[in-house]
Amino acid sequence: MRPIPILLSSLFLAMPAWAQAPLAAQGCIGCHGPNGAGIGSVPGIAGRDRAELVAQMNAFRANERPATIMGRIARGYTEAEIIATAEYFARQPR
Amino acid sequence: MTHLLPRRALLAAPLLAAPLLAAPGTLRAQTQARLLVIGGGFGGATAANFARRNHPWLDVTLVEPKRHFVTCPYGNLVLAGTRQIGQITHGYDGLRARGVRVVHDWASGIDAAARRVRLAGGETLTYDRLILSPGIALRWGAIEGYDEAASEIMPHGWVPGEGAQTLLLRRQLEEMPDGGVVGLAIPANPFRCPPGPYERISMIASYLKRHKPRSKILALDAKEAFSKQGLFQDAWAQLYPGMIEWVPGNRDGRVTRVDARERVLETEFGTRHRVAVANVIPPQSAARIAIEAGLTDQSGWAPVNPRSFESRLAPGIHVVGDANIPGPMPKSGYVANSTAKQAVASAAALLRGETPPEAVYFNTCYSHVGEDYGISIVGVFRPNAEGTAIAEVPNSGGVSPRGNLPENRRLEALHADAWYDSITKDMFA
Repeated sequence: MRPIPILLSSLFLAMPAWAQAPLAAQGCIGCHGPNGAGIGSVPGIAGRDRAELVAQMNAFRANERPATIMGRIARGYTEAEIIATAEYFARQPR
Repeated sequence: MTHLLPRRALLAAPLLAAPLLAAPGTLRAQTQARLLVIGGGFGGATAANFARRNHPWLDVTLVEPKRHFVTCPYGNLVLAGTRQIGQITHGYDGLRARGVRVVHDWASGIDAAARRVRLAGGETLTYDRLILSPGIALRWGAIEGYDEAASEIMPHGWVPGEGAQTLLLRRQLEEMPDGGVVGLAIPANPFRCPPGPYERISMIASYLKRHKPRSKILALDAKEAFSKQGLFQDAWAQLYPGMIEWVPGNRDGRVTRVDARERVLETEFGTRHRVAVANVIPPQSAARIAIEAGLTDQSGWAPVNPRSFESRLAPGIHVVGDANIPGPMPKSGYVANSTAKQAVASAAALLRGETPPEAVYFNTCYSHVGEDYGISIVGVFRPNAEGTAIAEVPNSGGVSPRGNLPENRRLEALHADAWYDSITKDMFA
């Protein structure tokens, strides 16, 4: 799986914040809790660094990061969705 | 009737409408649009909650006859004795607090042309867009002898209602003497929750192993293969050796007739299995209201637009949850949740004269197989370029890896519990 070039993703991340969760980010909420706050054994993704979230998703896609289900899920996202989702959760309160 | 905007919407409307002041017609349409949701389960509760969170200009009414919703997910843990029914029962106060008008009544008929819904209590509701999430109907009589009366002796436990069916099956398991046979009849595809019967077999086995270890499970299946099959069968061999016999359709597993009084399950080729406890999961269709409104085709399920989930047979009605034909996606709670959000976003866009957003759908289904032992299937799906069908994204999704992976199994059991808490909060909080 081709990782997203860091420079390109930085350009996207500079775009204005969206008012609502992109629908791709809604896919996370079923397990990571409303607003991505984390719940039980599933870690929070709210308020995390955008670049860290993008890097983690790319590592999941490439099977470089130990996972139960996230590798299988991350490979379904487009690069643009990963960036939009990371951007959204980075702005949520922890 | 009058349609008063919820107070929350009145407060939010000026802020949201500010960029639209140049277009008063649009503004008026926005602040007065009525979204009616029928059904307060995974599809409907998600739709109502999501609409108020993300489109607060919508006037949202939810019609649901029951005052409490008992989830199908985790019902199998009630059978195992590791959850109480109260832990999987949810109320509607959270949705009310979000400004949803919750009406506890039966929707008895839909007039799609007039955009009106009749309620059994006499009220008529009008809508601009309808989200219909009515769930399934059990096809009484599809298995000869299996009707509603028979289900009081041989519970289905597949439409929990107020929980009575789940509790009846639990009580029968408790009353069964050690050494008894628990028989299950499992239907052909499509049906609600494809891995559900096999999680149920596992959870019943976990109860029997602890309390009635000489007992057996006889699973009579209309199919030759099932969801997460390799993972389930690996776990059964490891955790419950010799306890579970699964009989596929091509080895005379299809149950075609029952005798409830004698507790006999009879298969296609006339084999009569007398069992101590019988759980009959019958063939299913979309719920009656969808059929009566003309929203279903000859399959018994409702065809929908892959992007908006609007009915292909009646405009203005988005059919979400288990009643629709979801392409390659399973009839699961997660898919109901995911598609309900897309349906609401599409309805909101169409009410504003816009195009529905690009769609992406998610599924995450965990199954408990034993104590600290969970497995999963996940999927990411999109409409094709022509918008005619839904397809799974290649090289993504799929089931947990097979093999000796005890840490993964423990983690997935924990993640399943987190999934339950998270998705029910997303629906009801």
